Amino acid sequence: MTNVSMTNSTDTQGDVANTKGRSLWQDARRRFLQNRAAVVSLIVLMGVCLIALFGPLLAAWDNETVDWNVLGDIATLGAPSLSNGHYFGTDELGRDLYSRVVQGTQVSLMVGIVGSTIAVILGTLYGATAGYVGGKTDNIMMRIVDILMSIPYMFVLILLLVVFGRSMWLLFVGVGMISWLEMSRIVRGQTLTLKSKEYVDAALSIGVKHHVIVLRHIIPNLLGVIVIYATLLVPQMILTESFISFLGLGVQEPNTSWGALISEGASTLQYGTYWQLLFPLAFFVITLFCFFFIGDGLRDALDPKDR
Amino acid sequence: MKQSETLLSVEDVKVYFKYAGGGLFSQSEPQYIKAVDGISFDIKRGETLGIVGESGCGKSTLARAVIRMVPIHAGRVLWMGQDLVSLSTDDMRGKRKDLQMIFQDPLASLNPRMTLGQIISEPLKTHFPKMPKTEMRERVAKVMARVGLLPNMVNRYPHEFSGGQCQRIGIARALILEPKLIICDEPVSALDVSIQAQVINLLMDIQKEMNLSLMFIAHDLSVVQHISTRVMVLYLGNVVEIADADDLYENPSHPYTRALIAAVPDVDRPAPADRENMMIDGELPSPLSPPSGCPFRTRCPKAQAICTEEKPPLLEPAAGHSVACHFHTVAQVG
Ligand SMILES: Nc1ncnc2c1ncn2[C@@H]1O[C@H](COP(=O)(O)OP(=O)(O)O)[C@@H](O)[C@H]1O
Ligand code: SF4
Ligand SMILES: [Mg+2]
Repeated sequence: MTNVSMTNSTDTQGDVANTKGRSLWQDARRRFLQNRAAVVSLIVLMGVCLIALFGPLLAAWDNETVDWNVLGDIATLGAPSLSNGHYFGTDELGRDLYSRVVQGTQVSLMVGIVGSTIAVILGTLYGATAGYVGGKTDNIMMRIVDILMSIPYMFVLILLLVVFGRSMWLLFVGVGMISWLEMSRIVRGQTLTLKSKEYVDAALSIGVKHHVIVLRHIIPNLLGVIVIYATLLVPQMILTESFISFLGLGVQEPNTSWGALISEGASTLQYGTYWQLLFPLAFFVITLFCFFFIGDGLRDALDPKDR
Repeated sequence: MKQSETLLSVEDVKVYFKYAGGGLFSQSEPQYIKAVDGISFDIKRGETLGIVGESGCGKSTLARAVIRMVPIHAGRVLWMGQDLVSLSTDDMRGKRKDLQMIFQDPLASLNPRMTLGQIISEPLKTHFPKMPKTEMRERVAKVMARVGLLPNMVNRYPHEFSGGQCQRIGIARALILEPKLIICDEPVSALDVSIQAQVINLLMDIQKEMNLSLMFIAHDLSVVQHISTRVMVLYLGNVVEIADADDLYENPSHPYTRALIAAVPDVDRPAPADRENMMIDGELPSPLSPPSGCPFRTRCPKAQAICTEEKPPLLEPAAGHSVACHFHTVAQVG
């Protein structure tokens, strides 16, 4: 980016026309909006979210009712059709696939967002504390993270699900518990850099209290990194959940998720009911790509180091 | 009588940084960088103490030690007779109202996510959390006008300003609590020469107006010459000479001070052709392994055998003019 305009070159009084300042966030928004892939992804993602929220209003069938008319011959009668109200066709049991996909979208997005939120809150507080306090505290705190990270979490999660039975909450907790580790490392590294900035010294010399320094001077300057990483974390969480659901250990019937739907669709592909795989897979893939492009756009817009 | 009231009195302060050994499992004795190795000075109300020395000689560390931003190994820092080193964190926080600091890098010392108004009002928010918003806004406006910032800049962000303007913001932040002493750690080193003069003049005007004391740090004498009442020359964490500004320029007694003065470009005195030779030869010794005896002996043109063996004490051969050299030649005044 070379077009960053310098407001003034003279020292005392420049031509300061407008009195409203241009914050770094506004600069970042401008750069983000110039990134076409990211903007398109954002619009598509908002569409997916709207479907998750308001999709049920458009459905002709709910997600549990079995359509007995199609049950005999799903491969032909259960195909996508506007006339019988099964826009995406039906699943193997004659349930409306559109409603099922909407429901799966709700669950999958929820897993992604909850996992990522836990990561942001826990990871930021933990990492910022370790980095700011430093010394022995930092050493011990980060050693704990190292140990937790060395555990094969997918194995542990699957074990937990097998032992305690499948439950959505266990899934949320499991996904959330692992997601913050990487986040805390990133935040801690950034905090170490920020801690030695002169504006932190300035605040200390004024007499600002330590927790205020963390909240006022450290975290606002970390937000860029946090936002980027959280955006990239959502698809990771969705992937984790989908993988577990694909193995049949995820959400429980009648609840569903993209992973569960894809798993079902894949297992019935041999009967020619391709739509049962196609629709959930399309939602899954499109959403993941959207998050990656948005994360990429945010990184370009917020992280000045790469420019 | 106000002129002679001593505000700050630093007594034999030492700041050592551990850099090796002394760990939990290590056998060796801890080793220290002696960043500040026994420095004493006074600052009176309304006076400016200039502090000069090469980069790495401990100027910033000394400044930080005074306001307790680095732990002190030994010595006392008396603020109006009270030892700051022994104060509790909360009591020290109260004292910070009177002791403000201006930093070397004008832009880096301002939080990029805060507006100018938020930056300048932060000291008020910290020390007077109950102050009404309107009063706060008035005081910010007043101090902004004083340092030459326009009122309509109040909602702008640091990256929209030039270096000189950023340093004005830093000065405004240091002034808003109406402190008694401002520590300026190389406040103009990062600025263009033309702007350096503006900022120094601003500081001098404000100082006169508010009867402020300044501790003004720089790495060359020409900057300090202008603003200081007294000047202290540091070398490797030690004071080598301290005197009234005029006296120091006219009668530099320490070989290091002489070399520094020779290095100052002067319009009246054309630079000698061999100016390179008049400047100090050689590198600054590593603070990890300082020379025995006189710290300056590795570069001193006058060094003798005794200089290797004995560290010269800081003596005051003429009133108000101290020097640390075995062969000092201060002209007796009067
Ligand atoms: N926090 C620190 N830890 C270890 N060494 C330090 C620290 N701060 C400064 N030093 C060392 O102390 C010496 C003096 O540094 P400083 O006071 O910054 O010098 P100056 O401001 O005169 O350039 C240098 O050798 C520097 O490497
Ligand atoms: S004591 Fe010796 S080495 Fe040190 S400055 Fe004086 S003459 Fe030079
Ligand atoms: Mg310095």
